[in-house]
Amino acid sequence: MAGQVDALFWFMFSVSALICLGVFGAMLVFVVRYQRRPGNEVAQRLGPTTRLELSWTLIPLGLALVPFVWGAKLYLDMARPPDDALEIYIVAKQWMWKAQHPEGQSEIDELHIPVGRPVKLTMISQDVIHSFYVPEFRIKADLLPDRYTTTWFEATRPGEYHLFCAEYCGTGHSRMTGRVIALGPAEYAAWLQGGPTLSPADQGRRLFQQLGCAACHETGLAPNLQGLFGQPVTLTTGQTVTADETYIRESILDPGAKIVAGYQPIMPSFAGRVNDEQLLQLIAYIKSIGPQPGGQPSGGPPPPGPALTPLPTPAATGGQAP
Amino acid sequence: MSATTLPAPASYATVSYGLRSWLLTTDHKRIAILYMISITVLFVIGGLAATLMRVELLTPGGRLMDDATYNKLFSVHGIIMVFFFLIPSIPTVLGNFLVPLMIGARDLAFPRLNLASWYIFMLGAAFMLWAIFTGGIDTGWTFYTPFSTSSSTTKVVPALLGIFISGFSSILTGLNFIVTIHRMRAPGLTWFRLPLFLWSLYATSVILVLATPVLGMTLVLVALERVLHVGIFDPALGGDPLLFQHMFWFYSHPAVYVMILPGMGVTSELIAAFTHRQVFGYRFVALASVAIAVLGFLVWGHHMFVAGMSVHAALIFSILSYLVAIPSAIKVFNWTASLHRGAISLDTPLLYALGFVGLFTIGGLTGLFLAALAIDVHVTDTYFVIAHFHYIMVGGMVMAYLGGLHYWWPKITGRLYPEIWGKLAALTVFLGFNLTFFPQYIMGYLGMPRRYHVYPAEFQVFHVLSTAGASILAVGYLLPLVYFLLSLWHGQQATANPWGATGLEWQTSSPPPPHNFVDKPVVTSEPYNYPTREPAHG
Repeated sequence: MAGQVDALFWFMFSVSALICLGVFGAMLVFVVRYQRRPGNEVAQRLGPTTRLELSWTLIPLGLALVPFVWGAKLYLDMARPPDDALEIYIVAKQWMWKAQHPEGQSEIDELHIPVGRPVKLTMISQDVIHSFYVPEFRIKADLLPDRYTTTWFEATRPGEYHLFCAEYCGTGHSRMTGRVIALGPAEYAAWLQGGPTLSPADQGRRLFQQLGCAACHETGLAPNLQGLFGQPVTLTTGQTVTADETYIRESILDPGAKIVAGYQPIMPSFAGRVNDEQLLQLIAYIKSIGPQPGGQPSGGPPPPGPALTPLPTPAATGGQAP
Repeated sequence: MSATTLPAPASYATVSYGLRSWLLTTDHKRIAILYMISITVLFVIGGLAATLMRVELLTPGGRLMDDATYNKLFSVHGIIMVFFFLIPSIPTVLGNFLVPLMIGARDLAFPRLNLASWYIFMLGAAFMLWAIFTGGIDTGWTFYTPFSTSSSTTKVVPALLGIFISGFSSILTGLNFIVTIHRMRAPGLTWFRLPLFLWSLYATSVILVLATPVLGMTLVLVALERVLHVGIFDPALGGDPLLFQHMFWFYSHPAVYVMILPGMGVTSELIAAFTHRQVFGYRFVALASVAIAVLGFLVWGHHMFVAGMSVHAALIFSILSYLVAIPSAIKVFNWTASLHRGAISLDTPLLYALGFVGLFTIGGLTGLFLAALAIDVHVTDTYFVIAHFHYIMVGGMVMAYLGGLHYWWPKITGRLYPEIWGKLAALTVFLGFNLTFFPQYIMGYLGMPRRYHVYPAEFQVFHVLSTAGASILAVGYLLPLVYFLLSLWHGQQATANPWGATGLEWQTSSPPPPHNFVDKPVVTSEPYNYPTREPAHG
């Protein structure tokens, strides 16, 4: 993606440089040539201008469509992560980055990723707006405090790259930086061995039990969550919404906001009882359970990674950077 | 035309003396001088903040000051320069002085309202300075929520109040100009005989009247949430943070055109005066101002391409952003064509005008990079954006303001400044400006985020170049301040029309009498009616 953005940049740069050369060159020549002096005391009367006006209105208009279409195409690609992308959760707060890997590792101000594999980030902020920016990958996306945003990239070369917070977020803004560390497949596998291995989905399943969610959601008192993720849900208002990350988050924190048709508003709010990491774990769990009967393109078949794996013994949460 | 046969009437400046006669004046020309002094002081404050920032950025480690201090400096710089210098600059100084003179009127439609506008502006500025000097503010000039409502611990509310109050000054000034241009034109001065400066000021005034109330409401909502915890923007209170960005940019993008349209108008005047001919494509240039004012209201979303906006909205705002660039391109081509076979006198004001065209072209073209969605994702919130809008606002608007001041200085003060120093200062400003801001494009594309005072060492070389440029730029700004002031006592007396220019303002004495014209002017010819020769081989 970085190469494609650069190609558009250099195209625009070349065209702009030509325009500048033309305009500045013409200005320079005219200023030198048409000085007010004996023999040129008065200007020449202006002739008709309409044809010229139309040409320098319409030609730039046509020319502008090229970078618009080109830029829009790349932007749409950026908005659509490939289905096989590795999904990592990012939670930001003043002034740090926390990353949670599907394999269970979590890290602070560092993000280890494998080269040659698309990485999708699902992100949220715990306080003010932040922005996840890795110049090397030419990607940037704001993190909002009330809903999940996503971005994706694919590292092609192993190395360490700057991670910046690009949206001003208060006193420590310019220190809210980190490193993205792209590793070759073997090194990445080795790195994965180094940390705790309870996946977010597994942690989410534990939470689901601990918080007593199953008491209703597995008994028919509340909607069954099996295969729910990515599906349309009909509300008591008659509206239909898609059960995406932001919807699930809202349903946990503010259950009364959207009531599923056919159910009573009996669920208590969990605001203040689960933090943003735990919310993402619950979402990962809900994503992981159940086959998706319709084969919705948004979700796709659950990738093998975050699916339920046997619970390992050490109750490791809150991982350390290796 | 000058009234030399009559006993010389007292000028507006000498008709009465004493502080009272200035502070209670309703003469648009004196009010223009009040604004000129006020915004010069504010410009110096905003400039000092920038100076400290540039010194701090010489080293990557952020050693000179702590994080909070730096954050306050860029906030002060942005807020003062945008709301208390750029937005009022050309309209309230040159506009106030020239609108009645250019249309052959005795004053603006509402002279007392005009004085009230200045007092309101000063009250707003006082609140802002109070906020700055009793603790400061660290939100940046953009006041993004929920940081500004729930996180910042600085003097946000007094600062909001300062901007809110000064907004009324903008609205009233805009209203005054609109009514004046509609109702008080001299006999024969039809719309298409108006100087292009007035077309651009008219378009500016429409934006001021329509957009500023939205800013006012938005800032009040921020204050309400901050003080009373009414949930509007902060999700923790049930609000939506993106709502703020939509409302803020709905004002602030049109406000960008408030900060450039008047500069375009000045440039058109300068080019006509120093080529001694009508601007090429007068009607296209005039209507382009109107087109910019209208289209400028439809592109605010391009500030939010990475903010979590819908992809469809992003596509629409991207194409509209290309459209708004077309009228600007038309103007650039027309200004360039105006030089062709003109009778060019390369005086100081024209140097500024040419500098404006060049820098505005670069600023405008790099704006198109930002309108290209995929490039914006990479460079938004980096120094690329900083460089882009400084090319427009400093390279454009400040150059035009200085050019306009040099052109009308003899009219305003009745004195001439030393031409050689004028040229030298113009060149210094041009060189200093480019050295300051061109490296910022490069480091921006390389990934240097804005609002960082601690930064990776690889960007240092660009920051050092930029600070060196800023030092030169500062000298370039100080020079006119010195020779303008000296000219008041030592400058040569100016005649009524030292440039041999058309336009009603040159038909009265320099400086003009209190009521502008001894005999009410009547317009019988097209604008910029300079003598011309027929095409050579025609």
